[in-house]
Amino acid sequence: MPAPALLVDGVLVTFGRRSALDHVTLQASRSRVTAVLGPNGAGKTTLIRCCTGLITPDAGAITVLGHVAGSPAANELIGLMPQSTGAWSGIRAVELLAYLARLYASPLDVDALVARLGITDYARTPYRRLSGGQQQAVNLAGALIGRPELVFLDEPTAGMDPHLRRHTWTIIRELREAGLAVVLTTHDMHEAADLADDVWILDRGRIVIHGTLAELTRDASLEDVFLSHTTGGAA
Amino acid sequence: MSLDFSPAAGAARPWARIRAHALTEARMVARNHEQQILALVIPLGLLVGARWFGGRLGTDIASMAPGVLALAIWSTAFTSVAISTGFERRYGVLERLAATPLGRTGLLAGKAVATILVAAVQLTILAAAAVALGWRPHPGPAGSLALMVGVVLALIAFTSLALIMAGTLAPEVVLGLANFVFLLGLAGGGLLVPLASHPDVLRPVVGALPTAALGELLRGWDAGGAPWWTLAVLAAWAVVLVLIARKVFRWTS
Repeated sequence: MPAPALLVDGVLVTFGRRSALDHVTLQASRSRVTAVLGPNGAGKTTLIRCCTGLITPDAGAITVLGHVAGSPAANELIGLMPQSTGAWSGIRAVELLAYLARLYASPLDVDALVARLGITDYARTPYRRLSGGQQQAVNLAGALIGRPELVFLDEPTAGMDPHLRRHTWTIIRELREAGLAVVLTTHDMHEAADLADDVWILDRGRIVIHGTLAELTRDASLEDVFLSHTTGGAA
Repeated sequence: MSLDFSPAAGAARPWARIRAHALTEARMVARNHEQQILALVIPLGLLVGARWFGGRLGTDIASMAPGVLALAIWSTAFTSVAISTGFERRYGVLERLAATPLGRTGLLAGKAVATILVAAVQLTILAAAAVALGWRPHPGPAGSLALMVGVVLALIAFTSLALIMAGTLAPEVVLGLANFVFLLGLAGGGLLVPLASHPDVLRPVVGALPTAALGELLRGWDAGGAPWWTLAVLAAWAVVLVLIARKVFRWTS
């Protein structure tokens, strides 16, 4: 059995007296979409920040494609689509992608990526003038430009209209078919049910249930499984 | 239309990454009108004012020009870096780039190169304008050596102060505070007004500021001297501020 692309082992992260991640263990594999689900504040973005080295866990270990998370060797192999904007307000989409491409040895062709993701019409528009969905499409392109082996997509379709969302789903399936390990966070249970092979549900910093999509949805919908295992921000 | 997404990850060479970031960041600075005002419009206004109206205020282009060059370094290395980095942190630019082959070290190196690039262009324009307005500096070799070392130390100290502010405060607070501190440095930090013109009781305090040290260094260089003491002040500030920046800077908001 091949080694997982991402291995999170007993990770503990505390902010003051609060545990943002409480001994979280999970993994993600190549050619599979791994969904990490959880209510607001469950720890999903903190987990991704640990995997990219922005946060150093208080305990536990994270291995990214055989390297320590956050190390230069790991970061050249991954792509990140952050939840927030992730770009200078005045930069044009095509400028951002051309810049990011120059950080990699064998990047995708910028024009081809722009065309495939449907960015062409607003490729020369300053980032701040793009709609939320258009910004997300540019962010997705930025995560893919370096031809990564593992890509983190933090709520990739938030703010997208149904057309753009469906198109993004198609792209994510193509990534899986191309052999990438895709780690996806989302609040959209239909999206997770449509795309995910494996599902890990976080609640208040802990993994409360995990399995393949088929295992988890044998007797109930993914949304029902989610609701029955999580407390939510209002609880 | 299909596209081959199959993995072929790998980093470009380190200098190529740093150069790509520096040029992109310098382009963003050049596109920002507020930063252009700080970097060029205010210093040019001071030079023109000193040339045509300086006599009424007891100054002239010769005494104003070194201070204006010091002010330009202050605005670029401190105010511009603080504001731009504060918003990069808010907009997730730092978070995104930290997870690329550029990494955190490359990002800081690229930011340093961008700052040097912008400062070099800015100083060239301002020095040329000052010469055109009648400034005639009289540098000596020792003073020029001291100036080169001192400007590097000032860039390190001011940029570190900017990163301390940008890495700990909300960008809206950084925007207001960085402009306020810029004005403090301009008005009372010894950039434009020579140390000798301050009251005796204030001289030790003002002279210990990095802004005053840079101002005195440029004025000393202009007069053919080499005020080495200013290097000690700038070096001390650079070391302390770098250590604080390393300790407190946060990459995400």
